[in-house]
Amino acid sequence: MKKGLIIVAAALSLLPVLGWAAVGATYPNDDIDVNWDDKASMQRGARTFVNYCMGCHAVAYSRYDRVGQDLGISDEQLLENLIFTTNKQGEQTKVGQLMTINMNAEYAEQAFGIAPPDLSLIARSRGVDWLYNYLRGFYIDETRPFGMNNGVFSNVGMPHALTDLQGLQAAKKVTKTDSEGKEHEVIVGYEIVKPGSQSKSEYDQTVYDLVAFLDYVSEPYRQTRQNVGTGVIIFLFFFLILTYLLKKEYWKDIH
Amino acid sequence: MTDKSSNGLIGWIDARFPLTKMFEEHLSKYYAPKNFNFWYFFGSLALLVLVLQIVTGIFLTMHYNPDGEMAFASVEYIARDVDWGWLIRYLHSTGSSAFFIVVYLHMFRGLMYGSYQKPRELIWLFGMFIFLALMAEAFMGYLLPWGQMSYWGAQVIISLFGAIPVVGDELTLWIRGDFVISGATLNRFFALHVVAVPLVLLMLVVMHIIALHEVGSNNPDGVEIKKNKDANGIPLDGIPFHPYYSVKDLVGVVVFLILFSAVVFFAPEMGGYFLEYANFIPANPFKTPEHIAPVWYFTPFYAILRAVPDKLVGVIAMFAAIAVLFVLPWIDRGKVHSIRYRASSFKWLLVMLVVSFIGLGYLGAVPTTDARIFFARLFSIGYFAFFVGIWWISKNENTKPVPERIQ
Repeated sequence: MKKGLIIVAAALSLLPVLGWAAVGATYPNDDIDVNWDDKASMQRGARTFVNYCMGCHAVAYSRYDRVGQDLGISDEQLLENLIFTTNKQGEQTKVGQLMTINMNAEYAEQAFGIAPPDLSLIARSRGVDWLYNYLRGFYIDETRPFGMNNGVFSNVGMPHALTDLQGLQAAKKVTKTDSEGKEHEVIVGYEIVKPGSQSKSEYDQTVYDLVAFLDYVSEPYRQTRQNVGTGVIIFLFFFLILTYLLKKEYWKDIH
Repeated sequence: MTDKSSNGLIGWIDARFPLTKMFEEHLSKYYAPKNFNFWYFFGSLALLVLVLQIVTGIFLTMHYNPDGEMAFASVEYIARDVDWGWLIRYLHSTGSSAFFIVVYLHMFRGLMYGSYQKPRELIWLFGMFIFLALMAEAFMGYLLPWGQMSYWGAQVIISLFGAIPVVGDELTLWIRGDFVISGATLNRFFALHVVAVPLVLLMLVVMHIIALHEVGSNNPDGVEIKKNKDANGIPLDGIPFHPYYSVKDLVGVVVFLILFSAVVFFAPEMGGYFLEYANFIPANPFKTPEHIAPVWYFTPFYAILRAVPDKLVGVIAMFAAIAVLFVLPWIDRGKVHSIRYRASSFKWLLVMLVVSFIGLGYLGAVPTTDARIFFARLFSIGYFAFFVGIWWISKNENTKPVPERIQ
């Protein structure tokens, strides 16, 4: 049977050969790790989110006060700095309410061709790396309705909402030939043609903070989950010792 | 009965209900072979996961809303706003994958030690019906979160029935209750998932265990312990299930829970295999995802389907891959149970089955390419060749001598 297992292992080790994927022609392609302990970063991200994103995008599964509790923002600070929406009577949204928006889907579809999606779970469906690159991948393209295209999400319907901060950038493209002999235009970099209010490194930080917030809001209970999990597994290891000793005691007379 | 029922609450109950009798029959005087190894943990673990799924399922049902407009949001509501809701949800979602891992290993044990062979054919058959019910349960449960993969996965699988000649289209309409997957489908899948299929599952599990306890457990040596009894009629190589295996299984349970907790608390998505990334997008009937893959436990069968160029033949091949397992006790004509004493050709066939099954599982999860289709066909042939091979070699198998008693 050992021989068989070795063959199984050898056959399985060949499987990744089948996994060739087409090399993605997206730019940029940076990886980030979100630091879940950096609440200040997430607070800044929340600020950017409500100021720049929430005109069109809701995070409708999340509540303001939950965000406040998790990120260390008091109810007063929430009302003053983060809650800009109102109900139909013009009263400010309450802290316990869901983070919905007032733009209706029909209008949004007319304006953008597609309704801007809710972003509560975007970090779980797209991943934080994708978001980080996407938000830094807008470049000038006069053929598009808003004059902007994206190096990560080609022909996206969304305009560049952070133009004020980043400024406008043009794509540096080169033509590459793939293995089948077809020619593709590939983006290899960007250059700022009209500066925004932030430098490149400042803008990268802003996007990082925003992505950190989106990552938080996609699974606000993640830290609780991991803390509880650590306790549960430590308990189970102790319990394992007891159950093992119990088993040994009972089985000592079985031969 | 009379002398035992003389005193106490147990005595009072025993006079009216066979409590002690059942406890003895199924636990304290059920004699199991003393040589159970690692592979014998998975039966009791399957029972544990079943209970876990039922209990967590009940709590999910209290907050879940089976309405096309509300379902997705209600799952998020459970995870975010219900006390410990995230835990209940992840226990249930991880539990479904754990169920299949445990059941696949349990079935593999049966193959290795010939637990399906005479006189245990009915145990195997009940087990196969459990497997079938489990697949139905998992398939319908997966629609309920109402994400993109829930929706389109169900769309693809249900449309397979459309390949059946004459009645195909009518049949898919009847299953969905609509021309596409809709709120009507969601409602009926909810009803089936929380009431109908669990009832069937529980009934089958009871029958599986009753049949097992009637015949007695097989063991890694594949010898019948009932052939060698002492003066009191107790098998010489048997030990009472309780306390010996109840305390041993408890160790298995704790080890399982450690691994299970590692997933629940630290990797509930399991890299997109237990919770697919596309399922964090609400179902959208107008937008087909780029790549539709069923959850990992269905991918071996899905790969067989895709390996066949013709849809109807593919569907037949896929169902045949499951159906052939039902008749395994009659395909295998061998008299020797355990892999320990069977011919080496049997071992190689089993290796081929495992490689094919895992290979198909991988190929069913990724988009197709020409190379992958080739391998999917190779592995599909490997899968079916196992059964043909077993039938072939078991006629005049070159077995090793089987010991009279457990070694």
